[in-house]
Amino acid sequence: MKTVKHIDLSTIFVLALLGLFAVLPVIAVAAGQEFYIGQFRRILIFAIAAVSLDLILGYGGMVSLGHAAFMGIGAYVVAILNFHADEGTLLLGFIPGSQNILVTWPTAILASALVALFVGLISLRTSGIYFIMITLAFAQMIYFFFVSLETYGGDDGLRFPGDIPFIDAATDALYEAGYDPVAAYESLFYYLVFAVFAAVLYGAHRLVNSRFGMVIQGCRENERRMRAIGFFTFRYKLVAFVLAGAIGGLAGALFAAHESFISPSIMHWTRSGDLIIMVVLGGMGTLIGPVAGATLFLLLEKFLPDYTEHWPIVFGPILILIVLFAKCGIYGSLLRRHGDGGH
Amino acid sequence: MVATEPLLEVKGLVKRFGALVATDNLDLAVEPGEIHAVIGPNGAGKTTLIAQLAGELQPNAGTIRFAGEDITRLHAPARSQRGLARSFQITSILRGFTALDNVALAIQAHDGHSFRFWRPARREERLRVPAMEILEEVGLGARAHVPAANLAHGEQRQLEIAMALATRPRMLLLDEPMAGMGREESERMVALLRRLKGRETILLIEHDMDAVFALADRITVLVYGRAIATGTPQEIRANAEVRRAYLGSDEHA
Repeated sequence: MKTVKHIDLSTIFVLALLGLFAVLPVIAVAAGQEFYIGQFRRILIFAIAAVSLDLILGYGGMVSLGHAAFMGIGAYVVAILNFHADEGTLLLGFIPGSQNILVTWPTAILASALVALFVGLISLRTSGIYFIMITLAFAQMIYFFFVSLETYGGDDGLRFPGDIPFIDAATDALYEAGYDPVAAYESLFYYLVFAVFAAVLYGAHRLVNSRFGMVIQGCRENERRMRAIGFFTFRYKLVAFVLAGAIGGLAGALFAAHESFISPSIMHWTRSGDLIIMVVLGGMGTLIGPVAGATLFLLLEKFLPDYTEHWPIVFGPILILIVLFAKCGIYGSLLRRHGDGGH
Repeated sequence: MVATEPLLEVKGLVKRFGALVATDNLDLAVEPGEIHAVIGPNGAGKTTLIAQLAGELQPNAGTIRFAGEDITRLHAPARSQRGLARSFQITSILRGFTALDNVALAIQAHDGHSFRFWRPARREERLRVPAMEILEEVGLGARAHVPAANLAHGEQRQLEIAMALATRPRMLLLDEPMAGMGREESERMVALLRRLKGRETILLIEHDMDAVFALADRITVLVYGRAIATGTPQEIRANAEVRRAYLGSDEHA
């Protein structure tokens, strides 16, 4: 904490939002509403995905309409490894399955990163509307690839035991100690996701302010100028794209564990659109913005249907009004009002 | 006279856009340490020439040698890394960044690779200190923390030069640095270029004839993509063909 005068509206917003996430399970358990723990765990997972998209969309100026594909790949890697571990069979005849998140999650990250490398190598040779269309095309190819995988449920998806062994063990221990096992399990899993979320957010904060972060933001501002002063911009944009894909894959891995179920719908192109809306809604080119955007988006999506079955008719205008009146997104507008460039 | 090798040597350069020949078998040599101006009427192919020298346009024929190396096929960033810096006729800066950020990035571009993901770049003294020095040098020291978009037009033109200087170039390609400037701003820019004279090798493209004749050691006159004359300002003034083609009157005599 710096001096008192630095505490403005945007800082209060950040502290309130992150504070809410930090203590949410405690409040939910106290109120007897454990249901909310799972809801907010899901929000945190999408917040990670939205932050990863914002690295290329908001900071790098690369409008990718295929980001959900990386989330899907991460999720399927975890699901498939779990599936084989459960069945005791081998993937492709030689890869054993695994339920150990220290194996499955890094594999998910690696797989997403590799696919992002391939997609980026081709799509980053274009820009503007062509980049949007080519990322969409790749995402659709990946989507239909998983639809066609009959072994893993195809269109219907795949249910698998998503248990995380050490969380199960810790839950048992807390149960022995007299705690409610549901609340204990939900909270432990929540804090695991929260820890990943905090690490991603801090890492992204370091990244965007680093030399690398300056370069990708420079490419967003004026790529021609960046080349003229000596940057081989393609390399930096490619690495940014791969990093974003890798973190998207991590979000997918968490999502698979959260749902114990995966289907290709997670990587449908409308899901990529949802991620863009989350980023724009909260504030492109900020790190808290995508978190706020994901929170609002998913809460509206969850609770509007309780009031009317025609909820999309309400949902759409709400999004339009927010983007119209808060041009830089919810958090972006707070920043602008105070003329503060910090994140 | 000691025969020195030119720092930049262009031979037989040709660039066609369909039927239009924008650069027509052009030869040009820039000696180390000189300010070499390229003048010519609108449409003479000056900006096309700069674009080819900077690596944004590929010529149809001919070679470009820089510091003894054939750079004809190199991309723009590779030429920048070899010490060939440029400024843009239409201001091209990073508008969302401060003036200091703009210059610091140009320094960063020449301080090894930028795959550094952790340390805050805005707190690195090895970028910020020299960036500040260069801003002071071009007269923008007091404006270092102003977003580039909010700088006055003349200040943005100065920032253009600062970014080029920050790459520690062996040669500057300046594309109409006085473009769109008022009298007072132009004078400030001429004063800045005069301070660089002798220290930097400069290829200067400029419409402002007073500035060209005040600054240049040698002048090449471009008409329809070909060099019709090269010489000292006195020789160019006295050249009958140049007068006919370009100057049109005796007002600069």
